[in-house]
Amino acid sequence: MPETYDAIIIGGGHNGLTCAAYLAKGGEKHGKKKLKVLVLERREKVGGAAMSEEIYPGFTYSTCSYVCSLLRPEIFRFLDLPKYGLQVIPYDINSAPNPEGEGIIYYSDHDRTRESLRRHSIRDAEAYDEYAMEISRHCRFIKRTLMMTPPDPTQLNPFVQNRINPWGHREDLDGLLKIGREFGRMGERNMYDMIRFWSMSVADFLDQYFETPRWKGLAAASSIIGTALGPYSPGTAYVLLHHYMGEVDGQIGAWGFARGGMGSVSKAIAAAAEEAGVEIRVNAEVDKIIVKNGKAVGVALKTGEEIFGKSVVSNADPKRTYLKLIEKGDLDAIDPDIHRYATNYKIRGSSGKLNIALDGLPEFAGLPKEAAYGTVDIGGDFDYIERAFDDFKYGSWSKRPFLDCVIPTTVDPTMAPPGKHFMSVFVQYVPYKLAEGPWTQEMKAQYTKDVLDTIELHAPGFKKLVLHVQTRTPWDIENEVGMTEGNIFHGELTLDQLLFNRPFPGMGQFRGPFDNFYMCGSGTHPGGGVMGAPGANAAHEMLKDFKRGVVQ
Amino acid sequence: MTAYIEHLTPFLRKTPFHPRIEALMHANSWMRWTGHYSPANFESVQSEYFTIRNGASVYDVSPLIKYAIRGREAADFVNHLITRDLSKIKPMQAFYTSWCQDDGMLVEEGTIFRLGENDFLLNAAKDQLHWLEQTAYGFDVQIEEASNDLCGLSLQGPESRQVLRAMGINGIDNLKRFGIQELELNGHWLRIDRAGFTGDLGYEIWCKPESALWLWDRMFDAGRDHKIAPIGAQALEISRIEAGFLLVDVDYTSALHALRPSNRMSPYELGIGWTVNLNKPGYFVGKRALKKEKEQGLSRHVLIGIEIEGRKPAPGSFLYADQPGKVELGLTTSATWSSTLKKNIAYARVPQAYAKPGTEMWIEIWYGKEHKIERSMVRCWATNRMFYDPPRKSA
Repeated sequence: MPETYDAIIIGGGHNGLTCAAYLAKGGEKHGKKKLKVLVLERREKVGGAAMSEEIYPGFTYSTCSYVCSLLRPEIFRFLDLPKYGLQVIPYDINSAPNPEGEGIIYYSDHDRTRESLRRHSIRDAEAYDEYAMEISRHCRFIKRTLMMTPPDPTQLNPFVQNRINPWGHREDLDGLLKIGREFGRMGERNMYDMIRFWSMSVADFLDQYFETPRWKGLAAASSIIGTALGPYSPGTAYVLLHHYMGEVDGQIGAWGFARGGMGSVSKAIAAAAEEAGVEIRVNAEVDKIIVKNGKAVGVALKTGEEIFGKSVVSNADPKRTYLKLIEKGDLDAIDPDIHRYATNYKIRGSSGKLNIALDGLPEFAGLPKEAAYGTVDIGGDFDYIERAFDDFKYGSWSKRPFLDCVIPTTVDPTMAPPGKHFMSVFVQYVPYKLAEGPWTQEMKAQYTKDVLDTIELHAPGFKKLVLHVQTRTPWDIENEVGMTEGNIFHGELTLDQLLFNRPFPGMGQFRGPFDNFYMCGSGTHPGGGVMGAPGANAAHEMLKDFKRGVVQ
Repeated sequence: MTAYIEHLTPFLRKTPFHPRIEALMHANSWMRWTGHYSPANFESVQSEYFTIRNGASVYDVSPLIKYAIRGREAADFVNHLITRDLSKIKPMQAFYTSWCQDDGMLVEEGTIFRLGENDFLLNAAKDQLHWLEQTAYGFDVQIEEASNDLCGLSLQGPESRQVLRAMGINGIDNLKRFGIQELELNGHWLRIDRAGFTGDLGYEIWCKPESALWLWDRMFDAGRDHKIAPIGAQALEISRIEAGFLLVDVDYTSALHALRPSNRMSPYELGIGWTVNLNKPGYFVGKRALKKEKEQGLSRHVLIGIEIEGRKPAPGSFLYADQPGKVELGLTTSATWSSTLKKNIAYARVPQAYAKPGTEMWIEIWYGKEHKIERSMVRCWATNRMFYDPPRKSA
């Protein structure tokens, strides 16, 4: 059996590419022979859900993900992404229109935000600082855990060797101590707050601070995006944090547009990977992972071709990986529980997208013109969002959905002809499968209409500007990108599926059940959001196993 | 990021005195204060500073955040909130106090006006309505953000009383330090208190926004022969340090706004332990923790005044016990060269053992010199933080 590659990575999404680049660069850095790394991508180009495509002539769409914040600065630096053309331009505004009165808008400028919130409630304006401070404290804590392998509290005994801890190292103990120290430094009050925060609903969390219903609805936006939960569901407060913990140029919580669309992120990482010697093959769909004697030894492509390597890495989501790419027999031979974990893994598709080409810049009801230069969240109070969630719960798209809209072309001159605009509309909630059955063309048309009607209601005159609409349901996203049910995070970000339990108990440290098999997608710690951290963290663990030293 | 700016509407607020201030603003040197335009300096910081110590300076204090606290149990609530004993404060008196979180960490210190038995006005530098309302739980009290109801000018300096006399304010000679007087003048309502941020003789004159321009004009007319001049924040800052007053975000972080819990400080650690009355009847917020801190000596450091050799101002400088800088003691916060005292002064956070006046320490100062950064290690001595305390302040 010829062993040609050191690592075969299944899937050329941004995490697969990051993992590949880290492996190639990390190995190189320690003066040994370069690792031979192969990335296999099913589609005709790499990028996965970080993709820019010209769907309508003259317009570049960020077809799936649409804004950038979480991509770790460590990765930016280590892979020297600006050299490969990646530029992330932060924006300063978040707003919610209001067809019946004044909308809510807030800015990166503290005083401007205070002035703006004051118009609705002086209490909320004054509570905003305290709220922002609490979020910042949680961010500071969690930030340190992002680029590390989550320690497993079941592996504290440093002398035991097992599958989770093959080398009998005391890293789990050390890691937990490190986190514990950090936790201890937060002080009594914040320790209580943090534990409550991780498990509470965003509605409960925001009710502690604010009174204006629409402002609370806007603040809750980040906590439901991509999540099959409503604002009253426990666990949603954490999702809020997940969207806040990013940074642009050290500014915590800032979001930005990647110049040229989100495809620029994958393109830059791919370029860095290729320069480091990674081989990327497109149009190469993996059918099965080949397992021999409990060891992953290679992959079989749909074409029948077999490729062998010293290790296999899956960038696919856990469900796809364990239920489609691996034979059940191979799993059961190791541990029958794994198949059950994979079957029960929560990866519900809950969001769709509309990508829209516009003839001009829309104006939103109750908001100043500048609102269009940042995120516009069409929604309302908690009840509006919860009602949208209700439709979804019973198997339909939200008739009045919550929409997260951005118009990157307000900032980016490269994505549309001058004066024209590309608008990305993230639609929450949209089910993967309707109660009546699978998606049909008619259903899709009705869903598109409901979304456009909702926008028109909040931006009168909007429909007249529309040149082209690309509609995407979770089903479309799954079939194009390969993410199960089109779940943007490769699995819900709830506490039961985080840290050492992500994706499954006992497999939270990027290693799969077989020897030489690894996971590097958003289904691993710390999760999705175009962060790149899972890919880098996985490479970190692999290099340790390869005894190639450790990269930062 | 830049293109949208043309759509932005200006949002910085102008105080009711703005037209007069803007007309005199030769340096185009504005700064922000709670979202308002506020002058940093008009032309020469030095001459503005000497107006404070030699004439009558006028500083617009309208941007201060103001909370009106009223209601049947307002006095009980305020007494529960603050560390001082309210029973010593009569109506129509202002007083300086601290107020803390329950673990004894300072929320803010400042001046509260007791206008009636159950009528208070709290002037603050940071937003805290949310916290005040939480603290007021169970009290029959209304807390209202009243920042825009009043505007005011701080008239400070040895000539300030002359100016008020010339304005025709009767009874100003009888107004004791921290006293409050309300009166009508030419049909305009005024409230005058004798307090300030300069450590000099001085008053604050508050009026309704619609009277603002009248007040300004009347004051400057009356002050023409009494060396009156407007000042900006930079000149005020020098006199503030000379007087030993604390500035939030410079000398300490408000417990409500501290990202790291260890950054919060207690009144004892800030050297304003005298504002804490552990013997006053009943409980007040933070009492348990402050009592423990005092009894067990848990203060981590204390903010003292220091006098430094040479004349290089030393903000953010490290203090050492020894000349080589092997034993680090702490850090300075505010620092300035005092033109009145001809001394190089600063506030420094040091261990209690070094707080005794006269204790010698070493300080490492980095300063710019013709596009180069130079370092000097010089002596400094612990001293009372109230560097400048003229008799006229309370005479």
